[in-house]
Amino acid sequence: MPTSIRRSALHAFLILTCAALLAPRLVSSALAQAPAAAPTSATTDADRATIKELVERVIALEGQVRMLQHQGATNQGSGAAGAPSQAADTGTPPESTSQAAAQGQSVASQSEPVPAQTTEPAGVYGGASSMAKALNPDIGIIGNFVSATGRNRINPSPSFTLQESEVSLQAVVDPYARADFFLAFGEEGVEVEEGYVTFTAMPGGFVPRLGKMRAAFGRVNSFHNHNLPWVDRPLVTFNLMGGSLDEADIGIKDAGMSVSRVIPAPGGLFLEGTGQVFRGDSGSLFQASRRSDVAVVGHLKAYKDLTESTNLELGGSYARGHNDAGADTLTQLYGMDATFRWRPLRRSIYRSFAARTEVMWSDREQAPLAQHAFGLYASTEYQFARRWQGGLRFDWSERARNAALHDSGQALVLTFSPSEYNQIRGQFRRTQYAEGQTSNELLMQVLFTLGAHGAHPF
Amino acid sequence: MNSNRLFAAIAVLVSAVLFSATAEAKQLYVVTSTTDMASLTQEVGGDKIKVEAIAKGYQDPHFVEAKPSFLLKLRQADLLISVGLDLEIGWLPPLVTQSGNSKIQPGGAGSLDASQFAAILEKPTGPVSRAMGDVHPLGNPHYWLDPDNGRRIAKGIATKLGAMDPGNAAYFQQRFQDFDQRLTDAEKRWDTQMAPYRGRKVVSYHKSWPNFAKHFGLNVVGYVEPRPGIPPSPQHTMELMAQMKREGVKLIMVEPYFDLKTPNSVAAAASGKVVVMLPSVGGEPQAGDYFKLFDYDVQLLSSAFQQTQ
Repeated sequence: MPTSIRRSALHAFLILTCAALLAPRLVSSALAQAPAAAPTSATTDADRATIKELVERVIALEGQVRMLQHQGATNQGSGAAGAPSQAADTGTPPESTSQAAAQGQSVASQSEPVPAQTTEPAGVYGGASSMAKALNPDIGIIGNFVSATGRNRINPSPSFTLQESEVSLQAVVDPYARADFFLAFGEEGVEVEEGYVTFTAMPGGFVPRLGKMRAAFGRVNSFHNHNLPWVDRPLVTFNLMGGSLDEADIGIKDAGMSVSRVIPAPGGLFLEGTGQVFRGDSGSLFQASRRSDVAVVGHLKAYKDLTESTNLELGGSYARGHNDAGADTLTQLYGMDATFRWRPLRRSIYRSFAARTEVMWSDREQAPLAQHAFGLYASTEYQFARRWQGGLRFDWSERARNAALHDSGQALVLTFSPSEYNQIRGQFRRTQYAEGQTSNELLMQVLFTLGAHGAHPF
Repeated sequence: MNSNRLFAAIAVLVSAVLFSATAEAKQLYVVTSTTDMASLTQEVGGDKIKVEAIAKGYQDPHFVEAKPSFLLKLRQADLLISVGLDLEIGWLPPLVTQSGNSKIQPGGAGSLDASQFAAILEKPTGPVSRAMGDVHPLGNPHYWLDPDNGRRIAKGIATKLGAMDPGNAAYFQQRFQDFDQRLTDAEKRWDTQMAPYRGRKVVSYHKSWPNFAKHFGLNVVGYVEPRPGIPPSPQHTMELMAQMKREGVKLIMVEPYFDLKTPNSVAAAASGKVVVMLPSVGGEPQAGDYFKLFDYDVQLLSSAFQQTQ
């Protein structure tokens, strides 16, 4: 709290300075003007110049106050031209300070609101309007409500579920790091979906990250549920990346370290390599029985703008970790992903198209025979109006523990977004299971966002 | 003799390479989020800097995609100039984090939020809620559309460039003085051209024009969007038509990235006119810099006012 007190004091000081600057000059110029029946043009010009100068100073001070409020203590003040020196310049007589301040404030409030007046109305969020909140992290909550109808005997999901309420807490730690927490509140328990610190000021362009995170395997694994272009995750991630009936939230997410770096490449090609080491516990995919049973993930991403509205992204991924089949049995995953996007810049809020696919191979050592399973999905999305998007997905995947069995599926998706903070999605899903059963389901999802404006997914 | 010559030639070559390398390193590389900031930076930076913008002038600056190709620019940048006031909140923060460039991180020496220099309008004074649409709790971010703010921003950028490259500080200040003079002259021209239309009522699609309207004395009485960021609804469109007829409003200003269907039908109902005004430099090829942007908009608007008299 001492920081906030100090900052409130600074805030008040800036306002007083501003007021003290304004009051005597404006009052004196008003007094000078009043008795003069026909003021000469020279005087009015001088007054105008004075007022203009004062307006400029108020604008500059307002800007500084905004910066202080917004950036918090980490601001190393490039544009902060120093209010104390200005206060010293004015040489306001001490006895008239409070009076001048009062007058000044009323004068100022007539022209433009001084930030002091916008402090602490209850319910203001964003960390910008209140000094006490200035250093709080950006807080956002995303509710993810899913309902399902239809029949599925193999992998049934409940009729109604608040699948996840994700709380995000994000802020800059200091000039060298930022931290992001995503806490997923299920209906029964809380899980740290992700929580990591990113060191943003490392030499050599390296970006290290420590904590719990979704691994950089393929594309869809690093997406949070609410950023997916579908209600569910593709079948291949369920079958090959450790999906189980007990744990709906699938994929590689684990505690560990990650380092990524852009690799210089010619011709406007963006190349990025990511290497990650995890503890080796990730759902039913990886299980570590010793400290040395760490899992590793590597990802190479290539991206190129084909035109200003189209681009292509290709990726290759590898993951390796110990599985639950025996004492020294490994699971290795290989993946390739491709994403093509089109979004015309002049109509970017109305039209867009994306086609994405991922193929994966799983090598699972287990008794009596190692299993080599393969799976893929391919999907397209087309935005045909500002708030409407339609999509298709095709799934085909063998099962990691028994590659002789394979499932396939098709999905039709329609999404309506009343605003950026609200999304309603319907998905018709047909799945042909290896057991010989076919299920037809209709999934409905409502996503709603409170608080901080998160980054748009790309 | 021969070997001596060879040696001398190599020495000259090496020193040439070294000097050119240091000369290149001295030129500050500035990346800006929008073309307007790039144009103002170019005005004061001259040939002592290299500047590039991320967003194009004809795209909605709220909805730029965080493409990895932008990282190639950001990782090299000495200075990142943003508009601020949450305009770029959906795309710039993740790019900055991923850039691996310590200089441009928030609060870093190479991070400059230009909003600190400008007069900001529409700061919400009461409680803010998203029921108001996509409001900007810090104030309206389209502040560069007032030439007086352009001057303030250019001055701030010149000071910042001077602090980063003290050897050229005088050059940047000189260029700012020159810009200031040219802007003052241009402002007289624009003010004269717009003077007959002071106090006129207009409608705009999005709340992009409060600073522009304030400078030229226009009165924005309605918006095609019912609330910022919310697409037009039939009910609001009907109300807007009625309001325009009632108040005799003839002009609808639309940003180039919005659909013209609703504005066209509203204008037809109110026997008015739609003008596609450019909020940013580069919105059309002929609006290639900060001066030409106002030339374009002022010309378009004044002739539209003339036609709808």
